[in-house]
Amino acid sequence: MRCRKCPHKAVLEIPRHHTAFCKRCLTEFVCGQVERAVKHDKMFTKADRVLVAVSGGKDSLTLLDVLHTLGYHVAALYVDLGIGDYSKRSKAKVEAFTSARGLVLHVHELKEDEGAGINDLANLISRPACSACGTIKRHHFNRVAVEYGYSVLATGHNLDDEASRLLGNVLRWQTEYLDKQGPVLPASVDGFAKKVKPLYRLAEREIAAYAVVNKLDYIVEECPNAVGAKMLLYKDVLNRLEAESPGTKQAFYWGFLAKQEAEGGRTMAESDQAMLRPCVACGQPTTAETCNYCKMMARAIATKAP
Amino acid sequence: MKVLLCHPSREVDIMGPKRVKELLRELKLLPEAVLVIRGDELVTEDDILRQEDHIEIRPVMSGG
Ligand SMILES: [Zn+2]
Ligand SMILES: [Zn+2]
Repeated sequence: MRCRKCPHKAVLEIPRHHTAFCKRCLTEFVCGQVERAVKHDKMFTKADRVLVAVSGGKDSLTLLDVLHTLGYHVAALYVDLGIGDYSKRSKAKVEAFTSARGLVLHVHELKEDEGAGINDLANLISRPACSACGTIKRHHFNRVAVEYGYSVLATGHNLDDEASRLLGNVLRWQTEYLDKQGPVLPASVDGFAKKVKPLYRLAEREIAAYAVVNKLDYIVEECPNAVGAKMLLYKDVLNRLEAESPGTKQAFYWGFLAKQEAEGGRTMAESDQAMLRPCVACGQPTTAETCNYCKMMARAIATKAP
Repeated sequence: MKVLLCHPSREVDIMGPKRVKELLRELKLLPEAVLVIRGDELVTEDDILRQEDHIEIRPVMSGG
């Protein structure tokens, strides 16, 4: 198979765009899609300092690499959840990656700060580790962004992540979550960083291919806690649909975004402003008196005490 | 040919030559969910893999 843009051999076929690319044209395609998301959705400009949340996986390292290549002002944040060997290896990848590119890396060690690894914590409060992990990461991403004066927080969520999350929410008609499914969440109140997802136009497979052809050293294995998680099932279902009918994922998620925009969505900023106030314990914005993160930590400490 | 697979990590022996597309079908893998790597080069579905090739099939999914 030949590249559709030049005479070289193709390395990746992209059925949803009826195309195939060689290494160089694939790299251009990925950078172009990211640049388009950043500009079209007004995520940030070259004047902004952008904090990229990294896990050591293909998505976050690709995001960091592409934004750095495009000339954006980026730094990385890694939250060490203390998931044994997996965390050690992924952290080492992140450290090697950022130091090779001369990028600033902030590391937050969960063990030190909160006195519990994610698995101990999940056991203590009897919640799935993935949901506890999400709450903890969100808390520290926002905290570090605000504390160090980054104007924007970028995460590596891709088209598959967003489409599968949308599917999960729609299957259960959790419409209250739909408002927050856009690629840009504005800094609705003081103390809340603007959050963006510059990879939302790219499928997981395209990102993995970018990482392989550009020889990014990322952690391939799955987080041991995620094995069997619901999201993987939704992704698998969407991949089956995609195989039969290329473009399904994109039509599902982008179609949702277009519909939301047409209906004048983006009311979240205003509704948030009315409801959010500082958490009494940590000061981060929350709709309750105490934020989810502080509630969870308080429960963990209470359960642990004899 | 030697084919390295993930989840769980294992190596299987498959008779070559064979097209990538057929290899994936034989292993019951969705093309959308994996990358096929020969040496350190990505190959596409129409590429023919030879008996002496070392192949890695790498899943593209991440948990989030
Ligand atoms: Zn090309
Ligand atoms: Zn709090």
